[in-house]
Amino acid sequence: MYVVGIVLAVLFLFPIFWSTLTSLKSPAEASAVPPTYLPSVLTFENYVKLNQYGAGIARYIFNSAGVALITVLGTVVLSTLAGYGFSRFRFPASNLLFLMLLAALMIPFQSILTPLFLLMSAVKLQNSLIGLALVYITFQLPFGVFMMRNTFDVVPREIEEAALLDGCSTWQMLTRVMLVLVRPGIITVAVYAFLNSWNEFLAALILMTQEVNFTLPILLTSVRSGYYGAIDWGALQAGITVTILPCIVLFLFLQRYYMQGLMGGAVKG
Amino acid sequence: MAAVFTPTKAARRGMGTLSQRRMVAGFLFVLPAVLFTVAMFIFPLLMTGWMSLHNWPLLGQATFLGIQNYVAMVQDSQFWASLWFTTQYTLLVTPPIFILAFLLALLVNSALRGIGIFRTIYFIPVVIGLGTSSLLWVWLLNDRVGILNGILLDLGWIQQPVIWLVDKNLAMTAIVVSIVWKTVGFSMILLLAGMQAVPDELYQAAEVDGASYWQRLWYILLPLLRSTFALALVLSVIGSYLAFDQFYIMTRGGPQNQTITAVYWIFNNSFTYYKLGYGAALSIGLLVILGLLSVLQLRVLRDDTTY
Repeated sequence: MYVVGIVLAVLFLFPIFWSTLTSLKSPAEASAVPPTYLPSVLTFENYVKLNQYGAGIARYIFNSAGVALITVLGTVVLSTLAGYGFSRFRFPASNLLFLMLLAALMIPFQSILTPLFLLMSAVKLQNSLIGLALVYITFQLPFGVFMMRNTFDVVPREIEEAALLDGCSTWQMLTRVMLVLVRPGIITVAVYAFLNSWNEFLAALILMTQEVNFTLPILLTSVRSGYYGAIDWGALQAGITVTILPCIVLFLFLQRYYMQGLMGGAVKG
Repeated sequence: MAAVFTPTKAARRGMGTLSQRRMVAGFLFVLPAVLFTVAMFIFPLLMTGWMSLHNWPLLGQATFLGIQNYVAMVQDSQFWASLWFTTQYTLLVTPPIFILAFLLALLVNSALRGIGIFRTIYFIPVVIGLGTSSLLWVWLLNDRVGILNGILLDLGWIQQPVIWLVDKNLAMTAIVVSIVWKTVGFSMILLLAGMQAVPDELYQAAEVDGASYWQRLWYILLPLLRSTFALALVLSVIGSYLAFDQFYIMTRGGPQNQTITAVYWIFNNSFTYYKLGYGAALSIGLLVILGLLSVLQLRVLRDDTTY
């Protein structure tokens, strides 16, 4: 069984491993026909070449990271507030509003991209990191609110009652008492928001039409499609490595939270 | 005594206003998310419907068309070709994902030491972007620099490099393989969660009764996994029906528009030809189809089991 497991593991890791290895070959060797298996020298030249595209790789990392950061912050703040509200308070139409927020889970965002594009153009947020992040927040909110409501639901009420007797206000309750207790949920929501924002392709392709505002996946597609001349395979592998490495590192460190989100959705959904 | 009564009295006196205040507080907590959703989701959704009734160019005045866009949609042969292609793709990609996901879930559900590492490894492709993984596969499959052809040549399985992405059937095969690699870990984890929810007593009882491993698998585990399968299947099928990135990047819809998926056709109409009204009508059409598909799948796989 171990043998099967190891063979499969090699197959699963192979494409990523090969791409990273190729990014470290010399540019000539990375484009060699037929391809070589192992690099004859290890060098960062492909990364230097990658940096010569468009506005430089730093700019595109900044774009992707900026959008992801705004998405994470926006999603976490809105989801935490709403999750607290739905979990601990009764108010008219609360169930209806909750269902409305979850409805976006059932409607694929591809189907409303056209009006979103017009909306963003109308408020001058097309080609803007904030505009793209707003679109991403919209599609992270259903999962975020659902996750946070469930997280608040399992915090014992006795803790709040004790804090209330100590004269804690509703706002203080959330910021001083509850936030610490729901931190696992917040991390789960943040991990999903980051990965989905960092990796998203279609909305970024539609909204970011100016080269300087491209996110990493859009930049790489331009490199690949020969937008900058002949395809530089070494630079492309360097770009792919830069794009997937943060995702893998984040996942390896926060795997527990990621899986919790998946299981929570599977059990409750 | 007085010390005990005072807080209760105060609480009782303030009860009406307190619960009202909590009502307002609760509403205020959910308000930002609600407003955001109304502005960025409900409004665009309604607008999709409204736009679908118009000739809506990118610049200039929209003109009301009534249901003409929908009439055009029914007569649009590329729309039907795209839907059929998307259906073919979904039918081809779903079985390998589920068969492999089930086997992987069985493997990582075993009690072997260090099995968690394998689970993590099989899941890694899920967390990288579909756009990025498609680019990665474009390179792996390339006939000149791609390592896949290199390996197949060195093994002697092929005599000359295969140009994977310019023939419809070869491209479909290659894309299916790349998507199975990318997404199988996701279904694996859902199935694993389902397997772990099955009580051990059921297995033990069956084992005592002399059921073999495969019998236990077939008669106990599979029936109990119905609802998990239903969920994983709905998610996977909807994901396949919305396919865009892999075809946009790997085949660019070619050759001769033969690998244009439904979302790709919407994208072309809205953002290449700027027929925004027609693109909206196509979106509504796709939404209806997806809704029907989900209902159908959930009905077929409805689960009445309790344990």
